[in-house]
Amino acid sequence: MDEKITNLKERAKAIRRHIITMLGEAGSGHPGGSLSAADIVSALFFDTMKLDPEKPDWPGRDRFVLSKGHAAPVLYAALAEKGFLPIEELLTLRKLGSRLQGHPDMKKLPGVEMSTGSLGQGISAAVGMAMGLRLDGGDQRVYALLGDGEAQEGQVWEAAMAAGHFKLDNLTAFLDYNNLQIDGPVDVVMNVAPLNDKWRAFNWHVIEIDGHDMAQILKAIEEAHATKSKPTVIIAKTIKGKGVSFMEDQVGWHGNAPKPEQVEQALKELA
Amino acid sequence: MTKKIATREAYGQELVRLGADNKDVVVLDADLSKSTKTHDFMKNHPDRFFNMGIAEGNMMAVAAGLAAVGKIPFASTFAVFATGRAFEQIRNSICYPRLNVKIAATHAGVTVGEDGGSHQSIEDIAIMRSLPGMTVFVPADAVETAAAIRAAAEIKGPVYIRLGRSGVPVLHGEDFNFIPGEAVTLREGTDVAIIATGIMVSAALEAAETLAAEGISAMVLDVHTIKPLDIFAIVEAARKCGAVVTAEEHSIIGGLGSAVAETLSEHQPVPLQRVGVRDTFGESGKPAELLQHFGLTAANIAEAARKAVSKKK
Repeated sequence: MDEKITNLKERAKAIRRHIITMLGEAGSGHPGGSLSAADIVSALFFDTMKLDPEKPDWPGRDRFVLSKGHAAPVLYAALAEKGFLPIEELLTLRKLGSRLQGHPDMKKLPGVEMSTGSLGQGISAAVGMAMGLRLDGGDQRVYALLGDGEAQEGQVWEAAMAAGHFKLDNLTAFLDYNNLQIDGPVDVVMNVAPLNDKWRAFNWHVIEIDGHDMAQILKAIEEAHATKSKPTVIIAKTIKGKGVSFMEDQVGWHGNAPKPEQVEQALKELA
Repeated sequence: MTKKIATREAYGQELVRLGADNKDVVVLDADLSKSTKTHDFMKNHPDRFFNMGIAEGNMMAVAAGLAAVGKIPFASTFAVFATGRAFEQIRNSICYPRLNVKIAATHAGVTVGEDGGSHQSIEDIAIMRSLPGMTVFVPADAVETAAAIRAAAEIKGPVYIRLGRSGVPVLHGEDFNFIPGEAVTLREGTDVAIIATGIMVSAALEAAETLAAEGISAMVLDVHTIKPLDIFAIVEAARKCGAVVTAEEHSIIGGLGSAVAETLSEHQPVPLQRVGVRDTFGESGKPAELLQHFGLTAANIAEAARKAVSKKK
């Protein structure tokens, strides 16, 4: 177990390094929310999910939907680490002709299960996937990653209502609760709390964890799998910009790319 | 009197048959299944029917997710909610990823009737045809509707099917051959081409009769596919007749009239008159009264045809 956790932490660090490198090269994009989700994404892609990079369309695979699509770098980094694309292709992020669009595009990059970026829509698509997979009697699971600001979108709650109504226990949502959005702290811009009571009221099983504690992440996923007749939401308290000292908990790093010297410093910290 | 069937009725019946033939077909509705007629599918294939409640945006993106795992979802609600409320879900979750979702929207146009302007969609064709990769069907009768539903299930990608609430005459026989993107010449003519879609096709045929009695030979072209538009047939009709009238139960802004005007200005400029709702919202009334009120009758088409003919050089 210890070794597994060490490995997943190392993987998360590699993902964070990729995020910094590709955003530095792109000159634009969203580091803060990519870094805050890196540990969750590492656990899903390198421990939990059944995936085959050689056969990205394998029907038996689990599905991951990045509902907070602006965190695309964390997804691309995980896919590259997993072998879905060459690591060096990460440097094409946001450039003309690249498969790595500013927000995930399922038509361009194998391994991307849903085109997302317009907040609130990815979770609905994940609900649809869970419904469709269950209809076929498969054991595939669907994972969605939402932002906390995203929970301001009414559609999130329409989707939550439907998932609870249809008792989709093959669906697990992570909510990356870093409490920052573009315009400032989430509880100042438009308070989404109490999130646990809200999800519970929509008939979800709710787990609250520290989203940077790998053991807690794995335990929560296990608990989600064991939960029957209900979808599970894992509300993960995180730090925006986690892993890079000058980015941590700074609202300014929501949608700004690091400059070359900042890339250098960040990579030193993530070595 | 010819038999009248609402296109939504034909949709509901064909959907049941399609569901029996193709197990991948699933149906979603937003609490209007008795009105959209997906209720018939629910009764026959209950495990593949999902009532999503009054939440159209979520319904469209859920349909996208179902398509992403290999299903062929038909999502139904009224046209005004499908294309208005859920526009951005259709744009970003269905069309942008070119997912295999069919949007069968009923209660389009003013013939919704008594419910009034809030429920009468007169801009849905304009909205849907502006989306890259979207196929747009506007069937004229029950036969075309059934064929369009079948064709939609065969097409790999998003399809919008515009359906009506009120009964319309059955124009086609059982042997009708529906080819997506191919307009149907229902009547040959040489003086003016009436290019019509949806429930206005039967009015166009009626207008052609009136005009024939006056010595004006009118061709009638049934454009059941707004996108991809049969540019060849439209240009040919304009070249042959030298004057064109369009007829639709939709705003003259952005719909068939606009599409034909765009096509003719580029390829074959001829005098053109558009029959449609003239930049105004609908209102309550009986369907027939409303068609009269908004100038959407055979008489209006005939008048537009005379005007178009008079403008020929």
